[in-house]
Amino acid sequence: MKPPPFAYHRPSTRAAVDQLLAELGEEAKVLAGGQSLIPIMNMRLAAPAHLIDINTLEDEPTEPALEDGVIRFGPLVRQAAAERWLELAARAPALKEALAYTAHPAIRSRGTVVGSIAHADPAAELPALLLALGGEVRARGADGSRTIAAEDFFLGALETALKPGEWVEEVSLPAARPDSGYAVEEFAQRHGDYALCGVIAVAREDRVTLVHFGIGPLAVRTTLPAPVTVDDVREALADVDMTDDLHASSAYRRHLAAVLGARAASRALA
Amino acid sequence: MIAIALTVNGDRHDIEVEPRRLLSDVLRHDLGLTGTHVGCEHGVCGCCTVLLDDEPVRACLVFAVQADGRAVKTIEGLANADGTLHPLQEAFHRHHGLQCGFCTPGFLMLASTVYKQAASMSDEEIRVALGGQLCRCTGYVGIVRAVRAAAEEA
Repeated sequence: MKPPPFAYHRPSTRAAVDQLLAELGEEAKVLAGGQSLIPIMNMRLAAPAHLIDINTLEDEPTEPALEDGVIRFGPLVRQAAAERWLELAARAPALKEALAYTAHPAIRSRGTVVGSIAHADPAAELPALLLALGGEVRARGADGSRTIAAEDFFLGALETALKPGEWVEEVSLPAARPDSGYAVEEFAQRHGDYALCGVIAVAREDRVTLVHFGIGPLAVRTTLPAPVTVDDVREALADVDMTDDLHASSAYRRHLAAVLGARAASRALA
Repeated sequence: MIAIALTVNGDRHDIEVEPRRLLSDVLRHDLGLTGTHVGCEHGVCGCCTVLLDDEPVRACLVFAVQADGRAVKTIEGLANADGTLHPLQEAFHRHHGLQCGFCTPGFLMLASTVYKQAASMSDEEIRVALGGQLCRCTGYVGIVRAVRAAAEEA
């Protein structure tokens, strides 16, 4: 359970990260909080030849920034800092609920919001939240930067639209709207583990958008008219293949998806 | 090898490490501070929890090079310099908060960051706050009781 050897790089500016990624190619990985990357290195599931540690970048924001109804997260905003952010409950209630399900305090004190999204684990809360809220990812590299919408960012399990040489410099989420309701529900084997099934609900007017995660290689978004029953959710997900593994059969996940989906929808509508 | 300076429990250590050396291994093998226990080595069990600049972290999920220039606090630094126990250690002793003791250093370090608020927390909230620490003896009742007792005496 020891990570394989790698060359260690400690740039101090975002531009220096671009240069290193351009020089080192696909053998390099960006290290932010490391709470997803280091476990898979310890288990030798990942063996990057180079790690580019961005924790020493200078003048980086350490807190979320709210501007014109959008909440921006720089690459070193820790999940714990987002939890402590004074505007969290009022402006990002869905993020508040999602963070409570995201691992544990000693993980959240290192793990970053951006890192969880860039890692794109299909059972993680924050990528699903980005999709549910219609957020954006700003990618950059030696060739410049571009903005990618959530629905175009996630391509599969741990796969994103980032091209070789690109990394994520910012994630933005729309702030909560007074005309909308939000709720997160999740079932995991132990509190803080990855979800066997989770769902994020966003209710607006007489419709509810549900994003289910933990059920397959990608989170699944559906929109249903209110009110939403267990049978409505089951029917909406009838054609979706569900993961079948040691921890939960696909039939059990289908059951969880329907029950949790209806429960989240009714809270979001309340 | 990379030269780093770690301040552990107030003592500065100048050492050279491979970049892949985990903070947990530096503490145990290079500095001989074996009070930090290593269980799963992938962030699940919480046994290796230490404080990095006063925030709880998994020592098995931090490379030692990332702690360069920063302050680490381990279980060896929890009691007072004169040997009198920290209130949490006293409470774990009194309320049977440990059985085999393997998970105890992690529980104590994590609890040291939250126990002062625990007096106003429900048992459920204390359990959520401690939820990232596993006790394979399953002695959670005594642990929750000890954290509450330490809080009420603090």
